[in-house]
Amino acid sequence: MEIERHEYDVVVIGAGGAGLRAAIEARQQGKRTAIICKSLFGKAHTVMAEGGAAAAMGNVNSDDNWMVHFRDTMRGGKFLNNWRMAELHAKEAPDRVWELEAWGALFDRTKDGKISQRNFGGHEYPRLAHVGDRTGLELIRTLQQRVVALQQEDEKLHGDPEAYIKVFAECTITRLLKDASSVHGKNGAISGAFGYWRETGKFVVFDAPAVVLATGGIGKSYVVTSNSWEYTGDGHALALLAGAQLINMEFIQFHPTGMVWPPSVRGILVTESVRGDGGVLRNSENRRFMFDYVPDVFKDKYATTEEEADRWYTDQANNRRPPELLPRDEVARAINAEVKAGRGSPQGGVFLDVSTRLPAAEIVKRLPSMHHQFKELADVDITKEPMQVGPTCHYIMGGVEVDADTGAASVPGLFAAGEVSGGMHGSNRLGGNSLSDLLVFGRRAGAGAAEYVNGLARRPAVSEAAVEDARAEALAPLERSGGENPYEVHHELQRTMNDLVGIIRKAEEISEALDAVEKLKERAQHTASPGGRIYNPGWHLALDLRNMLLVSECVARAALLREESRGGHTRDDYPKMSPEWRRKLLVCSATPDGDTVDVEERIQPSMRADLLALFDRTELSKYLTEGELTEYDAVKES
Amino acid sequence: MGYKAKFRVWRGEGGEGRLEDFTVEVNEGEVVLDVIHRLQATQAPDLAVRWNCKAGKCGSCSMEINGKPRLGCMTRMSTFEETETITVTPMRTFPVIKDLVTDVSFNYQKAREIPSFTPPTDVKPGEYRMQQIDVERSQEFRKCIECFMCNNVCHVIRDHEENKPAFAGPRFLMRIAELDMHPYDTADRKESAQQDHGLGYCNITKCCTEVCPEHIKITDNALIPMKERVVDRKYDPLVWLGNKIFRRSG
Ligand SMILES: Cc1cc2nc3c(=O)[nH]c(=O)nc-3n(C[C@H](O)[C@H](O)[C@H](O)COP(=O)(O)OP(=O)(O)OC[C@H]3O[C@@H](n4cnc5c(N)ncnc54)[C@H](O)[C@@H]3O)c2cc1C
Ligand code: SF4
Ligand code: SF4
Ligand code: FES
Repeated sequence: MEIERHEYDVVVIGAGGAGLRAAIEARQQGKRTAIICKSLFGKAHTVMAEGGAAAAMGNVNSDDNWMVHFRDTMRGGKFLNNWRMAELHAKEAPDRVWELEAWGALFDRTKDGKISQRNFGGHEYPRLAHVGDRTGLELIRTLQQRVVALQQEDEKLHGDPEAYIKVFAECTITRLLKDASSVHGKNGAISGAFGYWRETGKFVVFDAPAVVLATGGIGKSYVVTSNSWEYTGDGHALALLAGAQLINMEFIQFHPTGMVWPPSVRGILVTESVRGDGGVLRNSENRRFMFDYVPDVFKDKYATTEEEADRWYTDQANNRRPPELLPRDEVARAINAEVKAGRGSPQGGVFLDVSTRLPAAEIVKRLPSMHHQFKELADVDITKEPMQVGPTCHYIMGGVEVDADTGAASVPGLFAAGEVSGGMHGSNRLGGNSLSDLLVFGRRAGAGAAEYVNGLARRPAVSEAAVEDARAEALAPLERSGGENPYEVHHELQRTMNDLVGIIRKAEEISEALDAVEKLKERAQHTASPGGRIYNPGWHLALDLRNMLLVSECVARAALLREESRGGHTRDDYPKMSPEWRRKLLVCSATPDGDTVDVEERIQPSMRADLLALFDRTELSKYLTEGELTEYDAVKES
Repeated sequence: MGYKAKFRVWRGEGGEGRLEDFTVEVNEGEVVLDVIHRLQATQAPDLAVRWNCKAGKCGSCSMEINGKPRLGCMTRMSTFEETETITVTPMRTFPVIKDLVTDVSFNYQKAREIPSFTPPTDVKPGEYRMQQIDVERSQEFRKCIECFMCNNVCHVIRDHEENKPAFAGPRFLMRIAELDMHPYDTADRKESAQQDHGLGYCNITKCCTEVCPEHIKITDNALIPMKERVVDRKYDPLVWLGNKIFRRSG
């Protein structure tokens, strides 16, 4: 059978914030660019982001600047972050937000007509550019409309709107292709991608020397998650199978506030803006329990009394922040502990109350979609009563290891940006730092890919044998009959990860999960999908299973090795943070068939001296080893 | 708590199909999309449906439930009687690909026909100054999640294939209004709304407004004001120029 073929300079997999920003950049640099996505154009996960995009513009508090943002990001990530990424992010985020405005975005305003900024957990100053609680929608629509604007330009210039940038929607990539001359060599360059059209089930090959992965996260490996069906870790798996490395896979962010009731909406996100705008957490004894959970490293930054915390909303210069605004990992663990101690709400969460804190009209204005969501889905009027909330699997800090400046992975021609890349957020991401990450590193990856293509002497060739293998792999579930039901295998994986590699982890449980994943891998080899090739969700899921299993294995293996607790990785059996472990990254790689995953320790490069000097010694001493502190002292003296 | 509901779901592809009957379990708090998902997991693994967010934010799960355009993820099962048979069909205005999934490319085509945001050339990024009150009108329209249910329900194109080339539909007429009310947009949009995008076809029945899951007042706030100004302008273009709020800074 003939396979549809397309030739591009740059293929971007993913049409969320990162993918669109990368594609816009590649096209602006004159590259013929394809955008591929599993859903319709404009529906990627980014659309769901609520709270805002963090950028130190200093519009609300002029003391804010990139250095403060950088420090907050490093603290949030417990100093495990790739500091170069955190630096670039803090420096470039304002320009990326302003650029959106020039493309038509309409953010909420301050009194003097600038972009308004809101408070969020872990951010020292009000920093999140936002539009009510639908910031992601504004971001994705603006980028989508920017793509359209470029297409209109191309139509005028070349008579074809799709001459330089084209969207392939509802098209799923299942394999990356490498140069025919070195398919099995570890260093073979990228030559394209293989996938299928969801609509027809037909196969398609993209022939391209550069591929940017912008596929988002992995949440669908967990039962309770804020993520949609798209989050099956495809980009993570594609990178592994192509020979690239993943880092920080043990760090998963459980957002403290997901809906807990009714069961069918369990996990759906309740934005952190509820707390940023004054909402408080209470247990069944009506106590604001977060005051009991401020960890030592943050003691001097958070209020110790309710009065001080409440004053902070109007006077930030003279009061410390409410502990409800601690980084997410701290809040999620606290909620978990309260529920375990029997002080939870009737439906198994805790209470999040904004009804007694703001006038009803103000709540509806600032949090319109939360108001709508609770009313429609849970019969709860958040202007009158508290919500019930609990932790939900939300974001993966881990991802493809990339060069900070260009987004390049270790495989030549492969780039990654957004949630699928790793390093920027260290062990825990601050709210609002993802949307800005997408813009900053989406742009950089697009530029990196364009530059790489410029420097190529020869276009790597697609290997026909690899295309044939990919085709056979994709067809297998349709050709089997009477095999495993992919929905059941999926559900079992979700339960396993949720119960055994969740917020609080133990060695025995993680090992148990690894055994279970091994068995599920075997079962996934035998799934059968009845029905034809046209828009067949059962088939699509069967193919996604490979990715979810591979990624789950990385998460579990890395989680088992890291014998400390930090950010999105909490070990019951190793409850403390260890400076020795802070220096170490766990790096995952896999064999091309995905059968074996290997995890190695690697030492992180030390932070550049001028960045290190932005912190004081007392703070650093909580995170760094003695050896590193000696280096710091030497720097300070010189 | 749970009960067995009767569902009739449209199944088929390539222009052919029929309503198929199912009996399926329903639990407390569930929405129609949950039930469709249960059908997939237990009885009809290849049943095609679009969805992403399951929280009314992405506009993927548009379908017709008992003949009314609705988001499957925001339609509670508790709004129906337990004995009622619930009929779920794809959006009618767009060609069916398979089951509940339709070919909505019409909408993307129309989106590309609307000239993009046209800012003044002398304002640099970072220098934009706008008052909240001046952005609010366009912000209302930017709440649109592109579920395309307004375009699906509009009688100008529902069952009138022949009008599709000349009519952008409420969603994209509203996009023109949004740009027109943007404090920094410099393009003249009224004339083209009428001439190129079919504003004249709309006879303000408000069906679009009624189905909008975001409760955007499409007709009252976008279409009617635009119609009024198109008329105004025909009499006196200066009225339009004078009315245009342009680069107001605070
Ligand atoms: C409910 C919710 C609220 C959030 N709120 C905020 C917030 O307020 N602030 C913030 O900073 N962050 C927030 N986040 C996090 C943030 O939204 C995400 O991390 C971010 O949007 C990810 O963007 P992305 O561009 O990396 O990927 P996405 O936007 O997820 O896009 C992934 C794209 O890849 C495509 N894709 C995936 N696999 C394949 C494949 N195999 N083939 C082809 N295409 C593929 C998908 O179709 C999609 O287009 C929130 C997340 C959630 C879930
Ligand atoms: S008000 Fe106009 S656009 Fe809306 S449904 Fe009626 S005719 Fe169509
Ligand atoms: S205007 Fe309303 S009904 Fe129309 S596409 Fe947007 S959200 Fe849907
Ligand atoms: S699934 Fe997103 S609106 Fe229904």
